[in-house]
Amino acid sequence: MPLKLEAKNLNFFYGNEQVLFNNNLPVEEKKITAVIGPSGCGKSTFLRVCNRIFELYRNQRAEGELLLDGVNVLLPEVDVLELRRNVGMIFQKPTPFPMSVFDNVAYPLKLHFKLSRRETFDRVEQALRGASLWDEVKDKLKTSGLALSGGQQQRLCIARAIAAEPEVLLMDEPTSALDPLATSKIEELMVELKKRFTIMVVTHNMQQAARISDATAFFYKGVIVEHGTTTKIFTNPANRKTEEYITGRFG
Amino acid sequence: MKKSAIDNSFKWFCFFCAGLIGLLMLGFFIQLSLNSKQVWEVFGWRFLISSEWDPVAEKFGALPSIVGTLSTTLIALLIALPLALAAAMFLVHAAPLIRSVLGHAIDLLAAIPSVIYGMWGLFVLVPFMQNKIQPFLAETLKIHHIPVVGRFLAEDYYNGFGILTGGLILAIMILPYICAILRDVLQMTPPMLREAAYGVGCTRLEAGKDIIIPYGIRGILGGIFVGLGRALGETMAVLFVIGNIMEMPQNAFSGSTTIAATIANCFPEADGLQRSALFALGLILLLMSLFIQILAQSYLRAATAHRGE
Ligand SMILES: Nc1ncnc2c1ncn2[C@@H]1O[C@H](COP(=O)(O)OP(=O)(O)OP(=O)(O)O)[C@@H](O)[C@H]1O
Ligand SMILES: [Mg+2]
Repeated sequence: MPLKLEAKNLNFFYGNEQVLFNNNLPVEEKKITAVIGPSGCGKSTFLRVCNRIFELYRNQRAEGELLLDGVNVLLPEVDVLELRRNVGMIFQKPTPFPMSVFDNVAYPLKLHFKLSRRETFDRVEQALRGASLWDEVKDKLKTSGLALSGGQQQRLCIARAIAAEPEVLLMDEPTSALDPLATSKIEELMVELKKRFTIMVVTHNMQQAARISDATAFFYKGVIVEHGTTTKIFTNPANRKTEEYITGRFG
Repeated sequence: MKKSAIDNSFKWFCFFCAGLIGLLMLGFFIQLSLNSKQVWEVFGWRFLISSEWDPVAEKFGALPSIVGTLSTTLIALLIALPLALAAAMFLVHAAPLIRSVLGHAIDLLAAIPSVIYGMWGLFVLVPFMQNKIQPFLAETLKIHHIPVVGRFLAEDYYNGFGILTGGLILAIMILPYICAILRDVLQMTPPMLREAAYGVGCTRLEAGKDIIIPYGIRGILGGIFVGLGRALGETMAVLFVIGNIMEMPQNAFSGSTTIAATIANCFPEADGLQRSALFALGLILLLMSLFIQILAQSYLRAATAHRGE
């Protein structure tokens, strides 16, 4: 299987405090990779390196390599706007923009492409269908994105993230603010989406990781203790810490 | 028992003080209405649209003062808003040290008494407009050849006073107020929303104009109205530089007056109908300020409620 992403000797610092230590992680294309580990172990930080969103803050610094299709995207000459088109991000809470449902999805298209209105509309519809939201919002495309339910908002954000045809989706606890029904909808959606995208998802929910992911990486105190296929990690972990964590003995 | 009695009387004391403020407001309103009764009886609503102000002929109209007030305020807002917005955006993203030093400097600007602005305006800004800006507009830019703009900015002789200069002074005065509120509003943007904006590939400008400003729009409008309220009633700073001419302004360099400036200028010698006319102007100003203040409050409240969600 070809690698889509690969972290090589990745270190990360908040000011002088190092929080990621020599992370090495291969991420296979069109698979779901679950990132698990106790709170504060660096899962979100790892995701935030992948689209260089940490660069919004001074004092935050990544060292080492993060290869996307073999190119180190941490190099300053890499166009960060194009990187972020290619690597979409979904947050812990829905983050609809203060605009209509339609414009939420059309917005990234406007940023990155010059499309006719017809094309824009088609791509928006496609993205909303891709996020299993079309049927619920097709009659209220003009209402504010903030007026949708939490689960709908989260799917709207997924539609927004996939509209610009990225290759990678980063999801940081995408269902932690949702009820079980909305959660299972998003999970189904993710399994559907992995046909087209490479997905990395942070989750605290071991069942969720086991249900939907193909590969799993276990972080502990900024170190990737173990990674491999989800089946292997969950049935036969090599490391004792991993076993303790997935069986719920700490975390 | 004793404690609760103290507590109770304290409650009543607070209630009394709060009620006093309400009464004071009502009192102003009634006083201004009663004292201006005569002018309303003589001129009726035509007082509002008449541009005559002739104490000898006993003819009074509020229009020049109203137009002067609104136009200086509008100019002030047009100049101050973009500056305040840019400054606020910079402050929110600046390094902590720069943010606190510059932030305090801007807050201090708000503490400068307005008469100081007026003096500075008279001795620095007016000569500057007279010797630099007006000749530049007329002779270098040949502004009178440009259709619409030319009508507003061309003036045959240069004296530096007028609406534009008044608007400039007001702009500088309200800048710190608007900037401080905008800074607070922008600071309230949820970090996750900001990251989401940059996450879809926005540049700073795009994130600001398409997402961060629309998200905080109610608070921003609140800030604008607070600035407007300040500018409307400002007296001293404008008085020095507006020219104090009771006529309808013809262009941006026309000498003019504002409601507050008219009142301050004419009151010492006013009696009879003129005195009543000045009270009527006061009433108009009070109503305008109240209206703006209510708008400001409701937008700012909406903005805070929005954040609480
Ligand atoms: N902005 C920041 N400044 C300084 N330190 C930070 C910052 N954000 C996170 N950290 C620290 O970095 C470490 C990793 O944080 P991170 O958010 O990546 O953890 P996480 O695994 O996502 O945790 P959680 O499961 O609670 O979301 C933590 O020790 C945290 O305290
Ligand atoms: Mg996290």
